[in-house]
Amino acid sequence: MTEPVLSIRDLTVEIPTRHGLFKPVQNVTYDIRPGEIRGVVGESGAGKSMTGNAVIGLLDDPARIASGEIWLKGRRIDNLSVEEQRALRGREIGMIFQDPLTSLNPLFTIGEQLVETIQLHLKVSANEARERALALLDRVSIPDPKTRFDQYPHQFSGGMRQRVVIALALCSEPSVIVADEPTTALDVSIQAQVLDLIKELARETQVGVILVTHDMGVIADTTEQVTVMYNGQVVENGTTDQVLSAPKHEYTKSLISAVPRPQVKLHRFPQVSYGGRETAFKIEDLARNWTKSEPSKSGKLLEVEGITKKFLEKSAILPSWRTYFTAVDEVSFDIKDGEVFGLVGESGSGKSTVARMIGTLLDVDGGRIRFDGDEVTAMTPAEIAGYRAQIQMIFQDPFSSLNPRMKVESIVAEPLLHHKILPPDQISGRVQELLDRVGLTRAAAAKYPHEFSGGQRQRISIARALATQPRFLICDEPTSALDVSIQAQILNILKDLQEHLGLTMLFISHDLPVVRQMCDRVGVMKKGQLVEVQDTETLFANPQQDYTKKLLELMPRLAQLSG
Amino acid sequence: MTDHPISTSEVAPTRMRRALDSDLFYAFKRSPVAMVSAVVAAVLILSAIFAPLIAPTNPFDPASLNLMNGFTGPMAPNAFTGETFLLGTDDQGRDVFSTILYGMRISLFVGFAAVLFAVVLGIILGLIAGYFGGWADSFIMRAADVQLTFPSILVAMLIFGVAKGITPVEHRDQMAIWVLILAIGLSDWVQFARVVRGATLVEKGKDYVSAARLIGRKPYAIMLRHILPNILSPVLVIATISLALAIIAEATLSFLGVGAPATQPSLGTLIRVGQGFLFSGEWWILFFPACTLLALALSVNMLGDWLRDALNPRLK
Repeated sequence: MTEPVLSIRDLTVEIPTRHGLFKPVQNVTYDIRPGEIRGVVGESGAGKSMTGNAVIGLLDDPARIASGEIWLKGRRIDNLSVEEQRALRGREIGMIFQDPLTSLNPLFTIGEQLVETIQLHLKVSANEARERALALLDRVSIPDPKTRFDQYPHQFSGGMRQRVVIALALCSEPSVIVADEPTTALDVSIQAQVLDLIKELARETQVGVILVTHDMGVIADTTEQVTVMYNGQVVENGTTDQVLSAPKHEYTKSLISAVPRPQVKLHRFPQVSYGGRETAFKIEDLARNWTKSEPSKSGKLLEVEGITKKFLEKSAILPSWRTYFTAVDEVSFDIKDGEVFGLVGESGSGKSTVARMIGTLLDVDGGRIRFDGDEVTAMTPAEIAGYRAQIQMIFQDPFSSLNPRMKVESIVAEPLLHHKILPPDQISGRVQELLDRVGLTRAAAAKYPHEFSGGQRQRISIARALATQPRFLICDEPTSALDVSIQAQILNILKDLQEHLGLTMLFISHDLPVVRQMCDRVGVMKKGQLVEVQDTETLFANPQQDYTKKLLELMPRLAQLSG
Repeated sequence: MTDHPISTSEVAPTRMRRALDSDLFYAFKRSPVAMVSAVVAAVLILSAIFAPLIAPTNPFDPASLNLMNGFTGPMAPNAFTGETFLLGTDDQGRDVFSTILYGMRISLFVGFAAVLFAVVLGIILGLIAGYFGGWADSFIMRAADVQLTFPSILVAMLIFGVAKGITPVEHRDQMAIWVLILAIGLSDWVQFARVVRGATLVEKGKDYVSAARLIGRKPYAIMLRHILPNILSPVLVIATISLALAIIAEATLSFLGVGAPATQPSLGTLIRVGQGFLFSGEWWILFFPACTLLALALSVNMLGDWLRDALNPRLK
């Protein structure tokens, strides 16, 4: 075995806070060998990124290294002065950040940024730097590097930008690259390309890569070694195959079991029980009080007929001079009573726009939406109010979907009060019942949203959505902002609800394994159009459209995982 | 997101506990500038409120005045009556300390009322402009732009002049204070409307507003119940700084003779009266009211500056 290029020994990082000394990283130890990709996986707040930042000397004040050593090519680097660290950073250690949008300077061309970085680290002439920059762009598979060289970051797509960021990281021919969630902001198809590129580069240039991610699929696809972190500590270190197929630590087992399986549909998600995060909840309470909604007249609760949405791209005085961007183009589907209908597609495919039109948050520019036979698109404001009482929505971002200045009790009670569903003296009881139902304690009612974690906030969102006893629930990427174990809990809640209350759901997601677990039928969207609608099982077993096949192929597979 | 140590407790804290535990109070305890400013402002405001209890004389009760006491220097016994006054007396024998306390009441009342008026007007117009957009937005914001092209003191003088012209002579002195409030408030609403509009545009795009719309809440309910509480922090900051500016604006107007009348003198009126005696040696008639105005405006302004920094997470 070759010597490690980077060694982290017993690293502890501490942050002094008002509430005492907080240690986000405790006694972390791992090695990177040349050409090796080491995955660092764990939930948010596990200290993965903090370890990476400590290595590159980018700890934000007041965080500091409390103890431990970092060795780079036989030289200890954690005790270097700020000046020496700066010289080291960028030359020996490259960085790839999560968001390619913010890691490039929008005011300079790609070429200028590359040449500047090269000249900063290597003593070469301007012409030579340009040659190198072009070679690098070619190296990261950017087509037509000569033209691209003089373009600005906004002229590049997200995946292309991330390639440029990788090229920037390679400028100084570093021996280690720290990639912090490099593909989290990208679509699945782009993600696969970027990961392939990183793998190829590691193999060819013998650079060691620390790949920080929360995504088990990325780990399985890309890495050779994996470090599992929980609560600031390393709970397991080993080869990827070994950790995924035979995890030793309880936490790793629970983490792996929570990953949605793309291959088979399970009745419920296996729950992560490590760390006592799972909260028991009761279904019966709510089902008893639920005024079972009568089935729709036609058996189809929602019918969408050729709906179209255009957004103004360029404003002008004359209507004929205006240009529009068609976000949703003649989309038609229907959802039967009690069915979970999935909409999948990459970002920008118009999934959320469809959801917002159905939720009457956006006006429809063409086509019809019928709810239980009534045409929503032709309703008067009074009728729309009645329609809104029957539908509810769960939003993607649990941090912006709850009013930060309202107590949880007021948030959940608002729809009850507004629609005058219950007399005021019964409201508090119903709120308690709803909170119980989604697995929150009674004390939660008197708190504000900021006192809850992302998963708990999403539970509050669900409680609010259930308050009006809706017949139809729209879930717009309800778990994409959550950790995998929390995702499993939230999806289980939704599954149970659907089962016990006979809810009809529109479930929007970009995550195919999740869709497979949740949905009865699936529609695939591409650039505003619905390209395929199928039963979930048929779609996953036998996709008809090329685009669907491509999406399915790109789905990260955890071959090592059984059932 | 990991659980914050506080949030793990099962009991919800009380309102008082929350306030004492807040980051704002924590930042306050660690900022000497903020604490000193707060103490100075509190002392001045309290002494203005309790002026009738603190002031040794009522300077506007003609019966208590003795012309023989005129032009007594601070802490020096009067040549004729032998009385001493802490900060001296003016030409009519009024105790300067007492006139300052009573003058501060007028200044603070005008300042607070004018800012309140500007805040309410600015919030209403800003919310409407930001939430509805379209022509309402264009109309309100263009009106704001037009007003911004005039110096605000000029706008205030204009409003004051017009209002004075239409009030009957016998009511002028009584109305002067209210006209002053209206004039300063109207010249000041623009910055509130702009800030509120900008913050409303941001909040409007958040999902909790979508959720409220989905519930079916009416626009005014969404604006007042959901958006307004979330945009109050920047408004509070500007209001504090505006309070200092409004007090100065009032003093400026009164100094120019278009503000508070001599029968209800504010700090500005006192300074105007006092400057006539500056070159004849009776410096205290001007000096002490001017110092009070400075301390008042400065402490309130510093508090506003501190509040702005403390509420801005990017500066931490």
